[in-house]
Amino acid sequence: MSNEPDGLRKGSSRNDAPVATAEPASSSDSARVSPADAFFKNLTRSAGLGLLVLIAAIAAFLVLEATNALSANTGNFLTTTEWFPNSSPPFFGVAALLFGTLLTAVIAMVIAVPVAVGIALFITVYAPRRLATPLAFIVDLLAAVPSVIFGLWGLIVLVPRMEGIQKFLTEYFGWIPLFATQNSVVGRSVFVASVVLAIMILPIVAAISREVFLQVPIAHKEAALALGATRWEMIRTAVIPYGKPGIISASMLGLGRAMGETIAVALVLPASFGISWKILSPAGNTIAANVANGFAEANTVGRGALIASGLVLFIVTMIVNMIARAVIARRREFSGAAA
Amino acid sequence: MATRIDVSGLTAYYGKFKAVSDLHFSIEPKSVTAFIGPSGCGKSTVLRTLNRMHEVLPGARVEGRVLLDGEDLYGPGVDPVNVRRAVGMVFQRPNPFPTMSIYENVVAGLKLNGARKKSLLDERAEQSLRGANLWEEVKDRLGRPGAGLSGGQQQRLCIARAIAVEPQVLLMDEPCSALDPISTLAIEDLIAKLKSSYTIVIVTHNMQQAARVSDTTAFFTLDKTGDPGRMVEMDKTEKIFSNPTEKRTEEYITGRFG
Amino acid sequence: MSTTTVTPTATLGGPSLIGQRLPKAALPAIGVGAVVATILLYVVAPIESKIQFVLISGALYLIGQTSASIMVEGSRRAADRLVTTLVYLAFLLAVIPLVAVLASVIAKGAERVDISFLNHSMRNVGARDAGGGIYHALIGTLEQIALASLFAVPFGLLVAIYLVEYGRGRISRTISFFVDVLTGLPSVIAGLFILAFYILALGQKPSGFAGALALTILMIPIVVRSAEEMLKLVPDELREASYALGVSRWRTILKIVVPTALPGIVTGVMLAVARVAGETAPLLLTIFGTDSINFNPFSGPQSALPLYIYSQAGQPQQAAVDRAWAAALTLIVLVMLLNAVARLVARLARVR
Repeated sequence: MSNEPDGLRKGSSRNDAPVATAEPASSSDSARVSPADAFFKNLTRSAGLGLLVLIAAIAAFLVLEATNALSANTGNFLTTTEWFPNSSPPFFGVAALLFGTLLTAVIAMVIAVPVAVGIALFITVYAPRRLATPLAFIVDLLAAVPSVIFGLWGLIVLVPRMEGIQKFLTEYFGWIPLFATQNSVVGRSVFVASVVLAIMILPIVAAISREVFLQVPIAHKEAALALGATRWEMIRTAVIPYGKPGIISASMLGLGRAMGETIAVALVLPASFGISWKILSPAGNTIAANVANGFAEANTVGRGALIASGLVLFIVTMIVNMIARAVIARRREFSGAAA
Repeated sequence: MATRIDVSGLTAYYGKFKAVSDLHFSIEPKSVTAFIGPSGCGKSTVLRTLNRMHEVLPGARVEGRVLLDGEDLYGPGVDPVNVRRAVGMVFQRPNPFPTMSIYENVVAGLKLNGARKKSLLDERAEQSLRGANLWEEVKDRLGRPGAGLSGGQQQRLCIARAIAVEPQVLLMDEPCSALDPISTLAIEDLIAKLKSSYTIVIVTHNMQQAARVSDTTAFFTLDKTGDPGRMVEMDKTEKIFSNPTEKRTEEYITGRFG
Repeated sequence: MSTTTVTPTATLGGPSLIGQRLPKAALPAIGVGAVVATILLYVVAPIESKIQFVLISGALYLIGQTSASIMVEGSRRAADRLVTTLVYLAFLLAVIPLVAVLASVIAKGAERVDISFLNHSMRNVGARDAGGGIYHALIGTLEQIALASLFAVPFGLLVAIYLVEYGRGRISRTISFFVDVLTGLPSVIAGLFILAFYILALGQKPSGFAGALALTILMIPIVVRSAEEMLKLVPDELREASYALGVSRWRTILKIVVPTALPGIVTGVMLAVARVAGETAPLLLTIFGTDSINFNPFSGPQSALPLYIYSQAGQPQQAAVDRAWAAALTLIVLVMLLNAVARLVARLARVR
């Protein structure tokens, strides 16, 4: 409706090369293109194609190195919940790891998304204009902290401090299967690992939500206010519906990030196998953390098995990320059409 | 329900910049008052002070008194939310909520105010759409997105949305500037009709429009850029357009400046 | 006409403009009340931790505030207040871990960091020993990120130039899509790929170079995306002016477009370097780690700061954990310096 969607389109869509119009039309001018020009164009294009080759190589070599281990496997790779790739005969499967990966990542998302949306609202709606940029910077700073440091902090500082709250949860909410415990509560649980992951994905979810909230046209916010909406009602009628696709895709990107996180989980969560919903117990492990934990003692088949599990992670995160981008892309079309 | 408005000592700021300074005027109930004047003279700012929408912009503030039937909008304890419920507003560009249907747009304000009963909402939606001369055009597609309507229809939808909460005053900020002549005519007809129920204040760039729709016209100007806008004169519309008191007004009306 | 002049119904509330508000002192009073109530609760049923204390008094405060607000101001105002409090709380919740992490790293790291920590390796230092340092890891990290930048920056820049200046149609859309795929690639996969390709398939030994290759994969998408954004910001008028002077396209790109976008590109590269400097997982699989100083990234295992932190943190001895904190402080300083320089470059460019 204003110039905003134009700006949005120019800033975001990478495909229709907005600068192309200004260039001499390459096809009709091809006869006059100098050799140097042609060379440079081909150089940049081969770099672009090289990127495609790289992706193909990643998939190909993961498959290649996984095959040997998979053919030596005496278990079913997709359904087995145990991980003994180094014994003979090797017996391993990715089921428990995949479950643990999804469980920790989903819990992290459930914790992080409401907080991140709150942060985005705080920065775009509640905070004084002058403070908005420095506050956004502080949240971005969280993203700059390396994951191994979150792992170290989680293990040494957070784990002991979470014991009390976990005891509280299992004591009063133990009737919910999620909060039941096997024996006694330990600090290093799936729950604490998820809390660390939640902190780590907070900045990216908050940053994307902030971007979409900033794009909400002032006209819509004023329309709500002029009807006599309170600030929250204005958010509920104008900001959230407009930003919903953005929040969904931010959550998915956060989910993908959480699933792939390795070192922080490897440090906080003691390695164990099996499918369990008891998130206050140490039972659980993720694909990525298992790679970090199991690599040192892995033999040839063991390495292959880790690579095979990595392939599963690769596929799952790719699907999640693609869903996220598809939601964003649809949303762009929507806002473009509305303009 | 129509209400009179008495403004005294009204000064509006954007940060340090004084947009309008020390205004005094009154608006009669059930009348149409037009604000005219060159760009930047503060007429839209004045309009937005009448329902406390001015202060929504960062750094904006207001001094002075705006009495709505004797009650000061800027008095202590006054809740801007209640003010905006009582003083509806229609904006320059039609701004239906893009994610809502036509029906949801019309009843959005009612729902905010706690109305939940389906029969009441249905009744009010039809009433408001009829009131906005839109019912016949949309009655078969109330569930469709509001953004799918034409510009003129969208603007009438916004008017329906504003009158659905039964405000006492209706403010219109250049409601036709983004519309084609036929849609403009439809809105002008609507204003004439709404006058019998509401006190209406309209900002317009179009002097013919002011002459056509309004009972009273106020002419604003600013002496030079950076100065606050001021009201030159306010009088019966016929008088302003035939025999204005101030020379500045005459010059503007006849197109000699502005 | 009369249809539009219905009298206001009770559902819409009275015509008064005055909204009943909670007195200013009410909120602090409710806050104090919540804390006192939690202390009383503590007497009845002991509370395990400080976190729990904060949670319970926070919940009590929210309940108190909301019910007071419903009674005095009505449910709409109460909802508005509740959300306002929650939003402020959300921001606080984000700041707490940041402050906590930084405070822990600085406090625990500063105790241990000194010159000898920076210029000694871990050679012949046991986990229980108090000595040792990060010299070898620092060397490793610097060499690895330098090599990774050497590969990733030119490559990423060329891809970005292709996408912005030449790219059209399906190929460029495909490339752009796979840049997004690479952006979302878990870092451990990059490590597994180099393990599978360089070490297992090609039969090479783990080395700093292998680690740099893995980091390169992680750097490429960041460099491409940031360079792309910056190149797009270069106004078309500049390109047209150059073509009008008869300058060929490739020279226009290299002499006009890229230099104009350079500060932004440098910022992007610095941020990319800062990002990969903290990566652990890919290095774990590719550089193997060592306690000794190895200047040569092309032969023999190397160490790196993140890997050093990981291996020290995983040991039960206090001496090792202390070293992990000290190394964490060094790494954070390194990463924050890179970030600061990046932002400085961006700011200087904007001023000009």
